[in-house]
Order: sequence, then structure tokens, then C-alpha cells
Amino acid sequence: MTAHPPVAAHRARGRSRGAVTSFAAVSVLIAGAALTGCAQQRDSDVYTVMNSSTDETYHRWDAEAMARCGKQLGVTIEQQSVPASQVMTKALRMASSKSLPDIVQFDASEMPTFADAGGLVDLRTLGLATDDVPEGIVDFGSYKGTYYGAARSVNTLALFYNKDILDEAGVQVPTTWDELREAAKKLTEGNRYGLALSAGGAEDGVFQFTPFMWSNGGDETDLDSPQVVEALDYWKALLQDGSLSKSTVNWTQADVNDQFMAGNAAMMINGPWQVETLNTKKSLHWEIAQIPVPEAGADSVGPLGGAVLTVPNTGDTGREKTAGRIVACLASEKEQLTYALNSWMVPANEKAAAKWREEVPELDALADQVAAARSRTAKLGAGWSGVSLALQSAFQSALTGQSSETALQRAQQRATSGN
Amino acid sequence: MTTSTVTAVAPAETSGKATAPDPGRQRLRRRLAQWGFVAPAVVFMLLFFGYPLVRNVVMSFQHYTPKTFFTGEAPFNGTDNWSSVFQDVLFGKALWHTLVFTAGSLLGQFCIGLALAVFFNRRFPLGGVLRSLILLPWLVPMVVSGIVWRRILDQDTGVLNTFLDTVGLGGQTPWLTSPDMALLSVILVNIWIGIPFNMVILYGGLQEIPKELYEAASLDGASGWRTFRSITLPMLKPVITVVLVLGFMSTVKILDLILALTDGGPADATQTLGTLTYQNSFVELDFGAGAVVGNVLILISAVFAVFYLRANRTEGK
Repeated sequence: MTAHPPVAAHRARGRSRGAVTSFAAVSVLIAGAALTGCAQQRDSDVYTVMNSSTDETYHRWDAEAMARCGKQLGVTIEQQSVPASQVMTKALRMASSKSLPDIVQFDASEMPTFADAGGLVDLRTLGLATDDVPEGIVDFGSYKGTYYGAARSVNTLALFYNKDILDEAGVQVPTTWDELREAAKKLTEGNRYGLALSAGGAEDGVFQFTPFMWSNGGDETDLDSPQVVEALDYWKALLQDGSLSKSTVNWTQADVNDQFMAGNAAMMINGPWQVETLNTKKSLHWEIAQIPVPEAGADSVGPLGGAVLTVPNTGDTGREKTAGRIVACLASEKEQLTYALNSWMVPANEKAAAKWREEVPELDALADQVAAARSRTAKLGAGWSGVSLALQSAFQSALTGQSSETALQRAQQRATSGN
Repeated sequence: MTTSTVTAVAPAETSGKATAPDPGRQRLRRRLAQWGFVAPAVVFMLLFFGYPLVRNVVMSFQHYTPKTFFTGEAPFNGTDNWSSVFQDVLFGKALWHTLVFTAGSLLGQFCIGLALAVFFNRRFPLGGVLRSLILLPWLVPMVVSGIVWRRILDQDTGVLNTFLDTVGLGGQTPWLTSPDMALLSVILVNIWIGIPFNMVILYGGLQEIPKELYEAASLDGASGWRTFRSITLPMLKPVITVVLVLGFMSTVKILDLILALTDGGPADATQTLGTLTYQNSFVELDFGAGAVVGNVLILISAVFAVFYLRANRTEGK
């Protein structure tokens, strides 16, 4: 962590004579290491970005983008990637030791928590323009009206289907809940389930439940409303039909993708980040559609997902300014398009999104879904994590036997008690 | 922890026996040397055990939120954290699951471990090879075992159910997907992980038992079971205590295995104190509540440690 201890060790070696002094030296060394750990020197031309691009491909794409932006701005940009679940806790620890990186890429659902703690700088004061960014995506990167996070790309969920299986069974792509239920029932055969989705613990399952909850008019502030109960009952019905595997409650979104790729599911609810993996199997012919809605003509409201680039409040305004310029470059139209084409996500910028649609027409449905998508933290901000945990527990209880109503009532109680 | 301090003092006492001209100075030097030997252990313990422990206790009485990391302010809120944790239904559930999990795991690990240790204590061809093969689960990182077992136990596509199906024992067991089964499945996986540790230590203990005792017993015409009960078990008692205490300590705080297998689900059926403190502190970022659950865990371990020390003391006398 720090380069200083060896120097201290050298000095200590010269002094050590008796047993006592050598132990004293050890204590000095420990104290020295602890002290030097606090004062981290920042190199004036080196800027660090902390993100969760631990996958080789994402890490490389980010490194390339950072190299281009660094060249353009005359600085060196270093990338530090940690697992997604650790970005928040790591950033908090760095905040308390005053060693925050210059830019942190948060998952958009976590950004409000960090912003609420006073950890982020308003990007507009750093000169970032939002003229070309759709309002929904500006909100996505905002907390209490302040624009803290610039999204490069956004994603949402869509219905992926195996074209060959649907054609063979003569099943039309479903657009309503009834059609989806019928189609899933028809497509279930032998070892193959009609549909796969994730109702697993952690955020994955909640992310997948939101399009059903929202499209039905339900809301995260009122978990035991009839609309949410109905959405959960719909999931239960799919499970009771045998169209969903019983393992659904234990699957992450990556597991769902594996099942779909293995031919164990004819359709799945999933996001564009799986496309890279899906395309490795050449014999698989998949297409995507919007997530079916309760009634024909209703809006399909999906969850808006993705990460935002933020500038943490380090107190060094000079560096924050430059960090703002780096964010602007990384989130520029050109970089967004490159990143989106690599990662199969939808560019946040309107102009970039238009170009993206031309380049990947097969993901058109996704771009439509994004346009109507909703941010999970828009209403609850930092309170989302508590509600999310309560909701996970609720749909898992309901899918394993409890009535949806009881499960959601308990979830609502748990969410409002805000333990 | 305490034993390391004691052993550090012992050599210091025996080493300072050289004769010296000035007994007063000599005694002082010896004293200093003694403290010198104790100091590293004390410093280490204060730094890495004492400080975090005190901080954790203090934190459980504070309103400690993400804001605290910036402002450094964590106002004391009395017993708010404690009462909110104790009123949470999940806490009672998690406590119960932790106890069941620990008791079940220890029982399974110990019994199978002991049986295997006794088995391998006899010499037979390939015994050594087999014994080292049984160590494998111990060498695999916990998270890796968790992920592999999650696949094995999958209800539809898992190897275990497929196998049960082919041998005609059904094959629809909802290992990890039913709230009634999940805790049992997690315990079974943990038993699998813990067997090597128990076997190795107990095997070591068995090797220490003098062969003459068994010879004498066979001359007296004792049966196999009688020999086991009257010689093996009593002679193994100190080792058994160590195995159970170490096993308890590593089992009661279980986190990684459960996160990898079920993530506390389905429907909180496998939430333990470990996962609850993780969820409070690192998902909800309510560090005060997380500290409360952490303290409860420490308390449980401490109670057990006291029992262990007392048992050891009576043994020493």
C-alpha cells in the first residue's frame, strides 16, 4: 500500500542491539507504517478511476477509452477495478482515509447513497453539459435534483427468445402476460422450460421483478398494493404451470443465461450484458422483444440499469476540475458509441443512441425499452437497499409456498420499519 | 490467543539464569527482557484484536452511516441499534439457523471424521493415498466448493438429482430451492468441507495413543467397542476438545459458503448471524446494526472459549 516501510526498516536495523530494542523497533515500524498509510501522495498528472470492470474484456475496453482521453487531455489515467459489490464499501473506506480516487464509477442504484453522504461533486459545476442526454437518463444520474453521475451507457431487461424453438412450436412472440403464460406453457417440454428468469437473492431477482411490478402499475413505495400482489401472483402462476424451473429462486441472471444457452429454456428475461456470452454459441439463434405487459397496449416499464461516472468530493478543486473533463471525455458521444458497441449496452447520449440503433438493428427493442425504463432509486434514493432486501425475501417466500399477499404485507412492514 | 502469551513468557524465565555481578541490575534486565518477549504479543493483540473489538462495541451504540466516513461524526444513540436488531424477526431466525447449522455441522463432521480417523488408523494397502485424497475438500477454497455444490444441488440439472433419478430414488429433491430443505443442504455441504480437518487432527491424536494399551485390552479380552469406549475416547479427549472448539469457532461465523450457495435464501431460510451482519453492514450500510449482530457473534464465541479454557484448566490439574 505504501512505499515507505522499507526505509524505516533500514534505519531500525542499524539501531537494534538487545532483544528489547529490536522489539521497540518493531513497534516503531508498525506505527510508522500506520502513519505513512494515511498520507497518500497524489501524483499531479496521474488520475485514478475506480470501477467494477473486473472482466478482462470490460477492463480492456475501459483502458483503451482512458488511454484515448488521457492523450487528449494530457494526463495519465489509471484504472483500478474491484468487484461490483465492493465498490461502495471500498469507496467509503477510502473516504475515511482521505484517499479517494479522482473518479468512481458507481452502479446507478448505489450512487444516491454516496451522494447522500456528501461524497460527490455536482457535475454541472464542473462544466458537464446535459443537452444531448434524455431527461430520464439525467434523472438516472441525479440525486435530489443534482446531477452527480454521467452515464456512458444504460441497459434494461428484455425478453430473449430462442427463434428456432419458437418457430418449431409455431409460437408467436408474446406481448401480453396472457400470451407469455400460454407461450411458456406450450414451449415447456421434457427438460426444457418455457421461460427462465431470476428470482434469486441479492439485487438480481429484484431487478427482474421490477418490470412486472411497474408495468402492472405497482410501486416500490407501496409493496402490498393489489398491483404488486398481482404481479407476484403472475410469477407464481408461471411457476405452478411448470413453465418456470423451481430453481428460479436460486438463480442469478448469469445462471438464467446459462440455462437459456444450454437449451433448457426457450425464453428468458435478461439484459444486454449477456449478449457477449450468448454470441459465443454460434448455433443459438436468439432475438429479443420487449417484456410482455399485463394488457395489450400498456407500457412496458423496465428497470434502468447501468453505471454512472462520478467525481468524489476530495476537496482539491483543481483535480476535481480535471476529473470532470475526464468524465466528459469518457461520456462523450464518440466514446459512448464505442463503448456501447463493444458492450452491447445502449448509449446514454441521444445522438449516440440514434447511431447505435443503425449499427445494431437487432437490439432495437432494447433501445425502445430503455426509453420507457425507470430508475430504481428515483423515488427512494438511498432507501432502496432496504426495500430491495424486503422484496427479495417476499417473492422468495411467495414462490416457495406463501401467499403473495402475506409475503408482501410483511415486506412492506419490514421496509417501513427501516431496520 | 492467551496460550501464545503464556508460551512466550516461559522461555524468558529459563533463559536469564546466568550469574551476574550486580543482582539488582541483573533482575531489572531480566524483567525488561521478559517484557520484551511479551511485548510483541501484547502489541499485536491490542492492535489487531483489542482495538477492533472495542471499536465494534462502541459502534453498536452509534448511529454509524455512510455519512460518518466523511464527517467522522457518529452520534451515540443509546441502545437504538440493539433494540431494532432484537425486534427484527430476522434476527431470531438467523440466531436459530446459526445454532442449528453449528450443531448439525459439528456433529456430522466430528462423527464422520472420527470414524474415518479410526478406519485409517489401521494399516492397509493404499491407506496413505486414500487418506491424502480425503484431504481434497479442505484444499478447495470455500467459495469454489460453494459454487460447485450449487450446481450439483440444482433441482433440475444438478448431478445429484440426476443420479438419484437414475438409481430410482426420485430426483426432484429441492435441495436449495425449498425453504424447508435449504438449511439441511447447506449443513450437508459444510459437513463435507469439515470432514478432512476433523479426520486429520483426530488421526494425529490416535497415533499418539500407546499401542501397549490396546495390547493389554486385547489380552483382557475387551471387545472392539469396549476398547474404543474405554481407551480410544478417553485418551483422545484433549484432541477432541481442540477439534470441537476450533470447529465451533469456524462454523459459527459462517458466511462465504452460504453466500455462494444460497445468498441467505430462499426466503431467508439460510440466514445466519454471519450473513445478517454482512447484510446489515455491507448491503444496507447500517454499520451500527451490523456491529450489534457482530457483537452477539463475538459473545457466543467468547462464552464457548471460556468453557474451553475451564475444561483445559481442570485437565491441567
